Amino acid sequence: MEWLFEPFRHEFMQRALAASVLVGFLNGFLGAFVVLRRMALMADSLSHSLLPGLALGVLIFKSLEPAGLFVGALFAALLVALGAQLLSRSSRVKEDTALGILYTVAFSLGIVLLSFVKVRVSLMHYLFGNILGVSNQDLWVAFGVSVVVLPLLVALERPLQLLLFDPAVAKSQGIATGALNVVLVVSLVLTMVSSLQAVGVILLLGLLVSPAATMYLLCDSFPVMLWGGGVLGVVGSVLGLWLSYWIQVPSGACIVLVLGGMFGAAFLFSPRYGILIRMFRPKHFHEESLSRWRGGDGEAGH
Amino acid sequence: MSEHSLHVKDLTVSYRRIPALHHLSFSVPCGQCVGVLGPNGAGKSTLLKALAGLVEREGGSISFHGREVRGPSKEFAYLPQREMVDWDFPATVRSVVEMGRYLRLRWWKRFGREDGEAVDAALEAMQLSPLENRQISALSGGQQQRVFLARALAQEAHVLLLDEPFTGLDQVSQDALRTLLGALKAEGKLVMVSHHDLASVPELFDRVVMLNGELIAAGPVSEVFTRAHLERTYGTRVFSGVSHGMAI
Repeated sequence: MEWLFEPFRHEFMQRALAASVLVGFLNGFLGAFVVLRRMALMADSLSHSLLPGLALGVLIFKSLEPAGLFVGALFAALLVALGAQLLSRSSRVKEDTALGILYTVAFSLGIVLLSFVKVRVSLMHYLFGNILGVSNQDLWVAFGVSVVVLPLLVALERPLQLLLFDPAVAKSQGIATGALNVVLVVSLVLTMVSSLQAVGVILLLGLLVSPAATMYLLCDSFPVMLWGGGVLGVVGSVLGLWLSYWIQVPSGACIVLVLGGMFGAAFLFSPRYGILIRMFRPKHFHEESLSRWRGGDGEAGH
Repeated sequence: MSEHSLHVKDLTVSYRRIPALHHLSFSVPCGQCVGVLGPNGAGKSTLLKALAGLVEREGGSISFHGREVRGPSKEFAYLPQREMVDWDFPATVRSVVEMGRYLRLRWWKRFGREDGEAVDAALEAMQLSPLENRQISALSGGQQQRVFLARALAQEAHVLLLDEPFTGLDQVSQDALRTLLGALKAEGKLVMVSHHDLASVPELFDRVVMLNGELIAAGPVSEVFTRAHLERTYGTRVFSGVSHGMAI
């Protein structure tokens, strides 16, 4: 069993483990909303637009203090999110196009700003993250975000479920759908900012979407998808971290590869929605259609 | 008309300043199945959405059981067209019906026995009990429509607003749905249905509301479902919207 625990005797690995658990769960949990509301493109855009915020944070606070980065990134991402809404509502341009324009502009602005930064900052660091380098302060940020976002989403689970499944009915029941959307986007941005150190701008999306998409192929229940996504996020992150130690590869990429592997397995072998099972399963609910025929009222009468 | 009725007075709704419904006034008693008829763009869906509080009204009033209805109300259940929702959503028949209870519950309250019983009763009434654990994407069109109805029953709504429920259903499912709607109106519910198949109107509805941007006629099928009204609704397309700056 030595090989199992050996990596976690180092202090930096202990911090990385704590970060994997926190960030893995938060992303896996929130991912369900992103998958079901088809916000993956938006999430990707937002993650890229964190960059100018980070650069601004560094410029203003002259250091890599997580608090400064946090505020800057939050500001930039919200600006892009709200800007896209504004553009799409006030012109004929649709929201995905608006996001595409705004986030590439923001990303480019980030690259330009970073070139003015005096502090030695590696662009690679923000693009791909480094979970081995998380500080205690980073951990506190991730913890703080979890403590705010998770209870909020749990408390709002019922209205959110209705919003995701049937927005018209949610609205007709007096649910403030606009406010709920804002809650979702803000939770998303907070989660991303807290995960940045671990996986970076580019790989964030995998951590967010893969566990939820895997659960989506495995279950037929919204709460199970939420909590299961969180658990898969933790398992994948910790496993990825552990593997990266032994194989000596970048940890963020390794985590996303493990999560991708989990999704691939579900895609192939899911008992209900896997493609293998579909190949070998009869195409109809036989008993039901037979009973309809015998009853003389075949619903498939066309 | 008695207290147990829905009154619409001078209802006007516009989308981006283009008027969709003009000064609509009619009344319908509860315990009826009402067809909302009219060509595409006549405002059938808009009327249902306005009643459900989904679109803002520019003017006019709606009252139910003698009480003014100002916005979204739990007395009204809106049932969207089936293709408006994602049937791949991770949910079983039962969990969709449970959504009807959500808004009666405060967020910190757990799902109680009373809620469970209401869901059971709604499933039973819509003959969905054997299917309660089935994933919703594995349902036929008629069954999906019944899931929506069961959710509205669990919500204990009195006015059911169905957007094109019969579209895409075969004859058997259509008959089944008609029987269920009949049972609901016998309980005193008011069922309003937007519909475009004119041939089936007499067998499906007690009353009709005929629309073409404005009200053409409203009343019992035997009285107002006439050739003259049909021509004005569909045929010559006389449309007062022209004077409001709308080109056709």
